[in-house]
Parts: sequence; C-alpha cells; structure tokens
Amino acid sequence: MAQDILVVGELAEGALTPTSAELLGLATRLADGGKTNLVLLGSGATGQAAQAFAAGADRVLASDDAAYDQYRSDHWLAAVEATLDQASSAVVLIAQSMVGRDLGPRLAFRRGSAVATDCLRVEQTPEGLRATRSAYGGNAQATYSFNTSPAVVTVRAKSQDPIAPRAGASGETVALPNAGAARTEIVGREAAVSEGLQIQDAPIVVSGGRGLGAPEGFRVVEELAAAFGSDKAAVGSSRAACDLGWYPPSQQVGLTGKVVSPDLYVAVAISGASQHMAGCSGSKTIVAINRDREANIFKAARFGIVGDYKAVVPELIKAIKELL
Amino acid sequence: MHLVVCAKQIPDPETPPAAFRIDSAKNEVIPAQGIAPVLSPYDAQAAEAALRIKEQSGDGKVTVISLGKESAQAAIKQVLAMGADEGVLLSADEFQGGDSYTTAHALAAAVKKLGDVDAVFCGRQAADWDMGQVGVGIAEELGWPSAIIAKDVKADGGSFVVQRVLADGFETVKMAGPAVITVSNELGDPRYPKLQQIMQAARKTVTTWTPGDLGLQPGEIGAAGARLKLEKLFQPPAGGDVQIMEGDTPADQAKALARALRDAKII
Ligand SMILES: Cc1cc2nc3c(=O)[nH]c(=O)nc-3n(C[C@H](O)[C@H](O)[C@H](O)COP(=O)(O)OP(=O)(O)OC[C@H]3O[C@@H](n4cnc5c(N)ncnc54)[C@H](O)[C@@H]3O)c2cc1C
Ligand SMILES: Nc1ncnc2c1ncn2[C@@H]1O[C@H](COP(=O)(O)O)[C@@H](O)[C@H]1O
Repeated sequence: MAQDILVVGELAEGALTPTSAELLGLATRLADGGKTNLVLLGSGATGQAAQAFAAGADRVLASDDAAYDQYRSDHWLAAVEATLDQASSAVVLIAQSMVGRDLGPRLAFRRGSAVATDCLRVEQTPEGLRATRSAYGGNAQATYSFNTSPAVVTVRAKSQDPIAPRAGASGETVALPNAGAARTEIVGREAAVSEGLQIQDAPIVVSGGRGLGAPEGFRVVEELAAAFGSDKAAVGSSRAACDLGWYPPSQQVGLTGKVVSPDLYVAVAISGASQHMAGCSGSKTIVAINRDREANIFKAARFGIVGDYKAVVPELIKAIKELL
Repeated sequence: MHLVVCAKQIPDPETPPAAFRIDSAKNEVIPAQGIAPVLSPYDAQAAEAALRIKEQSGDGKVTVISLGKESAQAAIKQVLAMGADEGVLLSADEFQGGDSYTTAHALAAAVKKLGDVDAVFCGRQAADWDMGQVGVGIAEELGWPSAIIAKDVKADGGSFVVQRVLADGFETVKMAGPAVITVSNELGDPRYPKLQQIMQAARKTVTTWTPGDLGLQPGEIGAAGARLKLEKLFQPPAGGDVQIMEGDTPADQAKALARALRDAKII
C-alpha cells in the first residue's frame, strides 16, 4: 500500500547525519511507492537537498534559519507541524536522538496521536504498521500498532539500512518559515567529547566496567584500544563505571548511553546487564573478559576469556601487538 | 513554591535476566518470585531534584503523584520518606490498560486539580517500558514548556534553569514556570531516607483520586483511551555460543584469543 512518509532529518555541522540517511532508507521501504518527505532545519539545510534526494527523499522541506541549529521544542514542533500541513503523512520517522526524545512525544500528543519510541524494527503489514522496540531494559521486545494517525516512530540509530545512493536523483524543494518564538532559552553549552575517533563511528570499541576496580583500570583498557590502532579503536564504559566517576558519561554505552555497532566490541570487567547490552548488541563480534564464567556477557559473546583482567589484558596487548 | 513529582512503581529493573519471564498469552511480565517492585530509579532522582529546590526556596511544598494499583502506595511512601509533603494515588479499574497518552492525560488532570503547581518533575523514562514520553506528554497536555534529561535544576525567581545532558555535552536552558522537567541519573544519587522519616511516611495518609474526582470520562483513560496498542511482548533470542579461550596461563589465553580474532579476519 503506497503511503506518504515524513522523515525529520538532522544536520551535524551542516551535513545530513548518517542516521537521517538510515531513516530515509526505512521511509523508502515503508512508502511502497508513496512519497518520502524530509524536513531539514538549520544552517545549510537547503544545501543538503542533493544528498537527501540521493538518500531517498522525494521532497525536501527546509529552512536555513540558524535559530534551528540548536534544537528547541517550540521551534522544531512548529516547523514539523507546518510540514505535516503541507505534506500530510501517515507515518513520521524521527531519530531516537536528543531531538527525537523530545519532538517525538511532543508532536504525537500535539496531533492527537501516539509515538513508539526507540524502535528497532518498523514494518508495514497487511494489518497495518507495526513498530517493535526494546522494553524492560532490553530483556523484552514489544510490538505495537497505532489506533491513531499519524503514527510517530522514533528509531534507534544503526537499526536501519540506508539505500544505495541514487546518483543524480532530484526532487522538489519547499521553503519552510523561519523560527518564531520559543519559551525556552538556551543560556549555555558545554562540549564533553572525547578526542579523536568517536565510539559511535569506531570499528572497534573496547569498554571497561565496574570490575576494573578503580579508575586506573581504564589506562589498561585504553592501552588495549591503542594496540588495536588508535585510528580503529575507541574506549567506552558501562554506566556503573561512569556513575562512579571513573570515565566520562559521554563514553557510556547502553540504553541510556550511546548505541554502538562496531565490528568488534571488547567488554572488559562488564557483567553484561541488559541495559548495557542494549547499547552494543548490534556489534558484529563481542569479546568478553570477565573473571566470572556465569556473567551474562558470555551469553552474548562469541569469544571469551575467564580470568582477572589485570593478568589477561596486558598479555592480550602483547599478543595483538605481535600479530599486527 | 509547589512542586509535583510523578513516581511510578515498576518491577525491579535489576532483576537478573535469568529470572525475567513473560506471560505471552497476556503480554505481561510475570513478577519475579521474591523480588519486590520498586520506585522507578529515575523517579527517585526526579524527587531528589524537587526536594533540592524545596530546600533552596525555603517555603516549598512537594506533592508526589502515582498512577497505579493500590501497591503503588509503596512508591509514594518512599518519596514521602525522602521528604515530600503529600501523596496522591490515581487508582481505579478504568485506568487499567492505558498507554503513555492516557497516563500523561490523567497525571496532567491531577496537576490541574492541585491548581497552584510551579513545576512537575518526572523521570527521563520509566525503567519498565523505557518509553520516555509521559513527562513531555504532561507538558503538552498542560501547554507548558519542558526540559528533558536534566542533570541539575535550579529555581531562579519564577523561572527554572536546567542543565541538560546532550549526546556530546551539556546544555543549560532557562524557562519560565510552570514547566515540566525530566531528570536523568547524572543528577547523582537520591537521598536515602532515615528510619524516622520512613516511619513518619508510613503514618501519612495518601489521597486517592478516581477518574470521577479528576473529571475524566471513561473513554479518555485506560484501554478505552489508548492510542497505542501492544500487539506482542516477547523475549528476544539469546546470542550465540561463546567460545571460551583455553590455556594454562593468561598469556596462553590471550594468545589464543588474538589468534581466533585473526582467523576470523576480525583483526
Ligand atoms: C533504567 C536503567 C538504565 C541503565 N542504563 C545503562 C546503560 O546505558 N549502560 C550501562 O552500562 N548500564 C546501564 N544500567 C545499569 C546496568 O543495569 C548495570 O548496573 C551496569 O551495566 C553494570 O555495570 P558493570 O557491568 O560495569 O558492573 P557490574 O555489574 O558490577 O559488573 C562487573 C563485572 O566485572 C567482573 N569483574 C570484577 N572484577 C574483575 C576482574 N578483576 N577481572 C575481570 N572481571 C572482573 C565481575 O565478574 C562482573 O561481571 C542501567 C540500569 C537501569 C536500571
Ligand atoms: N503510572 C505513572 N505514575 C506516575 N508517574 C508516571 C507513571 N508513568 C510514567 N510516569 C512518569 O513519567 C516518567 C516517564 O515515563 P515513561 O514515559 O512511561 O517512560 C516516569 O519516570 C514518571 O516520572
């Protein structure tokens, strides 16, 4: 059944984010011949139209107003509502990002409809749209249908495949109004980003947990990451380790941290609680180093070492350096 | 200053995965034996944020509201023991089977009934369904501004200054009250009630409001008002079989692992 879909895209430093391309891929599949509309807000939005068409958009509704650069509910909600008035869509897809966590429920409630947040799978079935998300900290999954329209869905990063870029694709561009008034004022911003390779982008992520016993344990974890190559591996951590102040919250992997799906995920002294696995279960290969053979992490891992990380990791660093 | 904390009682999110079971006929979680339900952890942090402001303002009052079964009294009492002044339970059969919308709608109606509320504090997400939408939903129902995923909240005259956690840092937002704020674990550990406070809270009466008390029609709440329908709740299949590296010494185990990763062309 052909249906029109609205994707709320996001820009990072003026460029369409990879997650936006993933959403466009999903939208193209769900549209089934219907139109894929993309709303893009902030500096450089219009300039990204060609990239958006290549990624699957049929129509780009954009405003370059810099007031949209930092997300504010009132601004973005008005713009997305204006888009829906012009391009009525049965389904609205938004990333489960700091934008989607606010805009998803705001938009759904404003339009008298519902949102399913943090979805992993979205399918059109003969019975209607089905959105599947993780619940109970990752212990369960829940599939929902919608009694109302539009169905708003926020989608977990890396859960969807983008389409193969359509070279030279073109489409319609529509100008959206500048931002109006907002009831919230952003009075400060502070970056807390790690240097170099980001954990969401790294092909290898080495993470440490509470079992490291002390913040110094992270030095060994960092050395292991460096042994794989500083251009390939980044360091993450469990929430327990972040809460203890051993590692910055920006590096937390999990349900309430970052979602990573590297080729290789190495969990050092992490028990593998469902909420942690929610952030790394998409990894191609998981390796666990843990002294407790019964730890849950071994249920998700492909390779494991049962032992004290203090003895194992330095040896692993040596062994990898010999091989690479 | 009147502050409201929305507190939900949930199955203990730290239940070991092995004890987690689903009744697939009813699409419900089977309560794990011997593991009592708890106050959703972020709601304890929401309470902590509200109580800090109450202390800062000197003449504040904190009301805790929960929508749930009679057993949710325990969650309310826990927030009362932390220092909240009054508790309200929204409980009736008609509330059963609702979704985030009907929950937000009922909680917003309760806030309206209280009348003089300056701010509502919620958890960033309830740690059972992990939806993360009731806080924003209440704001939308009341027509109030909101700030989500707070790590610090301060009152500044009639405004609130909220430090929020972003993916790549922090942002400070200012908004005039009344407003909704959702709180994250970065706020820090919630206070632990003293025995005397627990005993005092146990003696406090919790007011119960039914849909009728809130002027809500049956079609607006519970299963009848829900916009989202749970079709299926299930446990995802567990991962593959782990290969444990053999070896007499850590060095042997480490070498075996490095070789296995190389053989699988992972490194
Ligand atoms: C709502 C909610 C959201 C959450 N979100 C997240 C999230 O986003 N990310 C997250 O990570 N967690 C999250 N959690 C917390 C999660 O439930 C766990 O508490 C947390 O992941 C545990 O961290 P850990 O594995 O580092 O610590 P622990 O569970 O304490 O595990 C430590 C492990 O180290 C092992 N160990 C100890 N010493 C050694 C040694 N010398 N050598 C080798 N191994 C050793 C132990 O055997 C154990 O398995 C959340 C929880 C809730 C309730
Ligand atoms: N039944 C409820 N009773 C009281 N507060 C609730 C209830 N459900 C959700 N909340 C509040 O809304 C927050 C977000 O919940 P949710 O949107 O369900 O993840 C929770 O942390 C609570 O503060």
